[in-house]
Amino acid sequence: MAHEEIDKVTGVSTTGHEWDGIKELNNPLPRWWLWVFYACIAFAVGYVFVYPAVPLVSSYTKGWLGYSQRASALAEAEAGRAARNEVGQNLANASLEEIKNDPKMLEFAMAQGRAAFGDNCAPCHGSGATGSKGYPNLQDDDWLWGGTLTDIEHTITVGIRSTSPDTRMNDMPRFGADGLLDAKQIRNVAGYVLSLSGNSVKGADVDAGKQIFAENCTSCHGEDAKGSHELGAPNLTDKIWLYGGDEASVINTITNAHRGVMPTWGGKLDPVTIKSLAIYVHDLGGGT
Amino acid sequence: MGLMQKHAVFERNSIVLLIGILIVVAIGGLVEIVPLFYLKSTIETVTGMRPYSPLELAGRNIFIREGCYLCHSQMIRPMRDEIERYGHFSLAAESQYDHPFQWGSKRTGPDLARVGGKYSDDWHVAHLTDPRSVVPASVMPAYPFLKDNPLKANLIAEDMKTLRLEGVPYTDEDIANAEADLKAQVNPDGMIEGLVARYPKTVVRDFDGNPKKLTEMDALVAYLQMLGTLVDFSTYDDKANLR
Repeated sequence: MAHEEIDKVTGVSTTGHEWDGIKELNNPLPRWWLWVFYACIAFAVGYVFVYPAVPLVSSYTKGWLGYSQRASALAEAEAGRAARNEVGQNLANASLEEIKNDPKMLEFAMAQGRAAFGDNCAPCHGSGATGSKGYPNLQDDDWLWGGTLTDIEHTITVGIRSTSPDTRMNDMPRFGADGLLDAKQIRNVAGYVLSLSGNSVKGADVDAGKQIFAENCTSCHGEDAKGSHELGAPNLTDKIWLYGGDEASVINTITNAHRGVMPTWGGKLDPVTIKSLAIYVHDLGGGT
Repeated sequence: MGLMQKHAVFERNSIVLLIGILIVVAIGGLVEIVPLFYLKSTIETVTGMRPYSPLELAGRNIFIREGCYLCHSQMIRPMRDEIERYGHFSLAAESQYDHPFQWGSKRTGPDLARVGGKYSDDWHVAHLTDPRSVVPASVMPAYPFLKDNPLKANLIAEDMKTLRLEGVPYTDEDIANAEADLKAQVNPDGMIEGLVARYPKTVVRDFDGNPKKLTEMDALVAYLQMLGTLVDFSTYDDKANLR
């Protein structure tokens, strides 16, 4: 090099850089730093042989370990399933009643059901399963499509007005919007329906409403207006209302009808999880 | 002067250093990025993937416009806890028509890669209009204007042409029918044969609960309801596609 200058004070050669008379000494890098640097290089070389690293023409080097994050994730998920299957396998073969009566299986199903409910059901039915307007409360004993274990399992599997070909399905007519009843008739029938649970609608002729109800509504809701689990028709004599039980809401329901949708879970959740959910939901407010 | 001393050339000349950096980064890019474009194994073999239908694409544009990706990822990572909660981990094949992809890097809200079909349309409309009405603890902003904003359908063909430049296999027929297909997807009583033939598994219905008006809500809900539903996992071979 052109400038082999030795700094007088330290005895170290300089780099030749100078700023306002201050010169940069050409000290070597600290030993520890150099060794870490070399160790990193050695690690990188080792990594190339041990892990997937180098792309080739149609594939890539797999490394001695043959590590694949996807494979290990699948294996872990499989291990989780296997651990669950110690009890869960019994669930697959047992009937819902048997699970309900076997403390060990029941404990498992409740735990799995609670977790699955939080992941999949809580956004609509609420984390406490108390539902909200348009999304049924699962804590009470009022069931649209039946509250037995098998009813609940079936509802979860096929959904309601879902994309499943076996979906539970009904279509309440839009009595007002489609011109089947006029506004006065709707008011009267709303008055009759609300009178069944001890309420009233202003200016409604309950007797006329009863007549309209008999002609239009009983085929689904029944002559006693207690509904039907086979048809998914709600009980109109209790004070439980999915879309509100005040005058305006009931009139709106008769006028426009509501067609709530519950997705099908048959293809998304495995049968054991669905069984566990059925057990869990039945435990909340299921009937017989 | 040994080899170890020659690095002084880089230390003393900024232009040489710059060129040296460019060469090193270019080698890194060649080795790490280029193979992804020619290795067939990058994109898994799947059945069922197709480009977005025009309505879904319009919904995707709204998803991007509103910055949904800032809080929602669309990438289920290969980890057990994610598989348990969200389903099968995301495949490269599932975002092959995404320009730009929506993998995201932050989850203030849940992952949406497989949200399609998980909730009802009504739920999505209620949730987008007022998230707290269905999820009391939610911190998501409300998007009530979506159900009032009319959807601009006339530009969707241009979007599709642009995506075609980026490699999405839209055909001339797809682009010619773009606006009609967009409108057909919200009208279950109309002619949908062409739409369903061009975009298999397309769900046709009125998504926002207001059949009288084609809104941005229709598009966004249509997009959300198809996320993660295209690949047929019953025919997907996990072992053959490990990488």
